[in-house]
Amino acid sequence: MPSFVIAEKCDGCKGQDKTACMYICPNDLMVLDREIMKATNRDVSQCWECYCCVKICPQQAIDVRGYADFVPMGASCVPLRSSDSIMWTVKFRNGMLKRFKFPIRTTAEGEAVPDGGYTVDQDDLNNQLLFTEPYSVGTAELPALKK
Amino acid sequence: MAACGAAVEAAYWAKKNGDLKITLVDKAAMDRSGAVAMGLSAINQYLGIAKGDNTVEDYVKYVKNDLMGIARDDQVADIARHVDSSVHLFEKWGLPIWTNDEGNYVRGGRWQIMLNGESYKIIVAEAAKNALGTDNIYERVFITEPIMDGDRIAGAVGFSTRENKVYVFKAKAVLASMGGAVGVFKPRSTGEGLGRSWYPPFSSGSSAYFTMAAGAEMTCQEVRFIPVRFKDAYGPVGAWFLLFKSRATNAMGEEYMVTRRDELANWVPMAPLSLSLLTCVTTSVCWM
Repeated sequence: MPSFVIAEKCDGCKGQDKTACMYICPNDLMVLDREIMKATNRDVSQCWECYCCVKICPQQAIDVRGYADFVPMGASCVPLRSSDSIMWTVKFRNGMLKRFKFPIRTTAEGEAVPDGGYTVDQDDLNNQLLFTEPYSVGTAELPALKK
Repeated sequence: MAACGAAVEAAYWAKKNGDLKITLVDKAAMDRSGAVAMGLSAINQYLGIAKGDNTVEDYVKYVKNDLMGIARDDQVADIARHVDSSVHLFEKWGLPIWTNDEGNYVRGGRWQIMLNGESYKIIVAEAAKNALGTDNIYERVFITEPIMDGDRIAGAVGFSTRENKVYVFKAKAVLASMGGAVGVFKPRSTGEGLGRSWYPPFSSGSSAYFTMAAGAEMTCQEVRFIPVRFKDAYGPVGAWFLLFKSRATNAMGEEYMVTRRDELANWVPMAPLSLSLLTCVTTSVCWM
């Protein structure tokens, strides 16, 4: 079941060259109708329900129609992603509301250091070691099959 | 995912060998492109070699058993000996991996570890961006053809999915990490889930075509792995069974993994009774 845009909430990202959902969709499905300044999912059969558009929308104007066994009519399952955590608000059909909050990263945004702080001393491209190995494996040597 | 790891590695070796230029080309936005766009709750391959959890030999044995003997030891071993290193780097980059009181990773199964992996792809893409520099990254360019110079690769051709532009990249070496292929077989889901696929609809077989057109030989395609899952859906996988210890029943209420257990005896020695069919099914989802 695909994502869909809630027309009342979508502001077309205020006329920038592309909307947030157009930027992020892995399958390039989101398009902006510039006449009405609303985005739409142009091919629902190609949607993977990955929620990338839902999470990135600054207006929370996108939702996903879940499968009936998971999100029956009247229920909803809505994520709200911040820079360090994600909160899922789950509404059950009987009105019960549950919120689940999970961390999404342990470093500050933009701070991923490529070598991870491991010792980097490889200088032979022709050996079998990747650049942070064997330190990043945690062993003295790269593990090998015992003959 | 694979391309981001390749970028991190390539950036290091390029600098070592005379400041070679590395260019990364992505069909979508790097933060959410590929099969990990939505994030993952587990990593299905972690050996734990340093802590003595498993050895490379253990992993080769498990994979060969799972694939009824049809697997190449060298390829499986090569992935197995490097995978812990990759997982440790993911953690350093910021991926939250569950740990227990002793500081060890929480395992869903023998080979699995549990994550809060909503931003898995964003974190790995960030390491690649920091390694390469964003000036060397092209997004929304769909690579379609290799450029050949006789038997040697000389670059790649692609088009922008946004503008009327064709791109020609010249290169001395090309790493193709463009995902697998989906929709090869007819999806079996019906009703609400009609046409739904486990693998992303945007994995269009680019790696297979690109490498074959460049003269590569494809190997290990003898196995057609069919995940036995549920009507109308292609889940659940891994954690549902392994971590939550859920049980699967059919429409008659029969717990078929228990009542049909004797079937395994027909497949000795490939599937010994100590290894339930359930783990065969749920653990073969590979994160690469």
